[in-house]
Amino acid sequence: MFWTYVTDRWDQIWFASWQHLWLVVQCLVLALVITLVIAFAVYRVPWARALANGVSAIGLTIPSFALIGLLIAPFGFGVLPSVIVVTFFATLPVLRNAVVGLGQVDPQIVEAARGVGMSRTRVMLRIELPLAWPVILAGLRVSAQMVMGIAAVTAYALGPGLGGFIFSGLSRLGGANSLNSVVVGVVGVVLLAFVLDLLLVGLGRLTVSRGIRVRS
Amino acid sequence: MSAADSPTTEVSGQKILLDQVTKTYAGQHGAAVDNLTLEIPAGKIVMLVGPSGCGKTTTMKMINRLIEPTRGRIVVGDEDVTTIKGDDLRRRIGYVVQGAALFPHMTVAQNIATVPKMLGWSKDRISARIDDLLDLVSLDPALYRDRYPRELSGGQQQRIGVARALAADPPVLLMDEPFGAVDPITRQRLQEELLRIQEDLQKTIVIVTHDFDEAVKLGDWIVVFREGGHIVQYDTPDRILADPADEFVEHFIGSGAGLKQLTLTRVRDVQLADAVTVAPGTSSADALARAREAGHGHVVVLDDRERPLRWPSLRSLGRTTQVPGGLDPDLPVVGSTATLQDALDTMLVSSAGAALVTGRHDAFVGVITVEVIMDAIAAAREASGADDEDTPIGTNERPEEPAAAEEPA
Repeated sequence: MFWTYVTDRWDQIWFASWQHLWLVVQCLVLALVITLVIAFAVYRVPWARALANGVSAIGLTIPSFALIGLLIAPFGFGVLPSVIVVTFFATLPVLRNAVVGLGQVDPQIVEAARGVGMSRTRVMLRIELPLAWPVILAGLRVSAQMVMGIAAVTAYALGPGLGGFIFSGLSRLGGANSLNSVVVGVVGVVLLAFVLDLLLVGLGRLTVSRGIRVRS
Repeated sequence: MSAADSPTTEVSGQKILLDQVTKTYAGQHGAAVDNLTLEIPAGKIVMLVGPSGCGKTTTMKMINRLIEPTRGRIVVGDEDVTTIKGDDLRRRIGYVVQGAALFPHMTVAQNIATVPKMLGWSKDRISARIDDLLDLVSLDPALYRDRYPRELSGGQQQRIGVARALAADPPVLLMDEPFGAVDPITRQRLQEELLRIQEDLQKTIVIVTHDFDEAVKLGDWIVVFREGGHIVQYDTPDRILADPADEFVEHFIGSGAGLKQLTLTRVRDVQLADAVTVAPGTSSADALARAREAGHGHVVVLDDRERPLRWPSLRSLGRTTQVPGGLDPDLPVVGSTATLQDALDTMLVSSAGAALVTGRHDAFVGVITVEVIMDAIAAAREASGADDEDTPIGTNERPEEPAAAEEPA
């Protein structure tokens, strides 16, 4: 029964999964860029750092469902409010980790880098970012897990992805295939989260220097 | 007596002049460094010492402008570098910090290549330079190039730190408490190694330390600071020991100034005794005959590269038919750049009353005995203060009139 439901709609499910994954990946990249800009701006200034940490803690308490509802008024239905909500929530854990990670870089090392004639920008890109990267990446993994679910919620604003299966199933619960529809959405999101996490672990293998990798 | 009087090599260092330099911090009472004029001669090691907060680190960091002076001029060589781009200046000045602070995510080779890369050297040139520098700091390039800092001991990291600072062959090297984070034995070895390197390179080296013994051991000149970057005394180590400027300096030198004189003379500066040397595997009878003829009680066994292996007495040699090989782990050996104090330490530890001396590439050069050290102490006491080198300028005084001749503080 369930299998016939899945095989009958395989193309549709496959397409929605891709959309879902793409939405999340693109928003994660966007979130990472935003994070780095903010983190490098604030991490040296104690009050700004505290503010960033506060915002990322409080921001996580906002119900995503409420936020997407609120964004429909100014931005209408569709992709845009989804991207905004997913990016917003993706930014929070990464930002927290980025600020912490940059704060943990040994000031002696930064001074040595300045002392041999690296410019401020070069120190950021060649020294501070690579050293904080494992911590930032850990935040990115948390973000990825979290926004997989949030991306499903954005289907409320008729955004792309697997959320459509969940909402349409829930809205006609008891009807034909309604439960199957919800299960497809939920299981699909869980599987995608798993796949993305594996990809991020692989990214870590490729991008974290052997000199600072945690030995297992 | 200065550590850099080997006549064969050219001075590659440049002189440094801090000209009436002041550093004040906003919201802080008094200047961190107050109107300091300090001349650092080319090709010499100048030690900046003093209690914490005396401005010695600030003074050093103003040379490469990691700290920008509030007022005053900085001259390196003949060039006023007060207003050139700070990053460009720092690429021309080697910088070593405490604990080396290597970049942990980069290999040894990448660490050393930092400055040459920024200067746009070719790959081949950088690669060759890395090998040269690893050789210079006595680490095998094949073994260490691709290691990460955490795979190295503290002493090895510090060596790489020095190699990184020397990568682009800067005329000036600044070192901020370079040997503060390593154990005493490693520290002694690193200090000797620095002197050996300096003998070849003749850089201008400025070292900040709070360890007066280290200052005496390494410095051609010592600047003693008091709060506010005030110079109390700027002189050679032996003259500071023999004739401290005031109670502050006396207190800072601490007790045992006489023994510290021992750190002023190096093994290579005293007359070494010769020895009968043999190769492992030769006939013991021959070796015994040669030693008796020379009137020696011991023979020194050297390997094929002239490095000492063991130091058997004639009696123990008499029990063998062939001269034994293999390295004796307790062999008392000191380098020729070691101080007499180090040599004395080595003798006392081994209870031999003498030690073998090695020179370049650890090759055997002679034997130093307790008697030689006693003679040297007597000689140093007589000679103290006799040499009269021109002390470089170091003062906090404002010149009253432009032509005023400045006296050493």
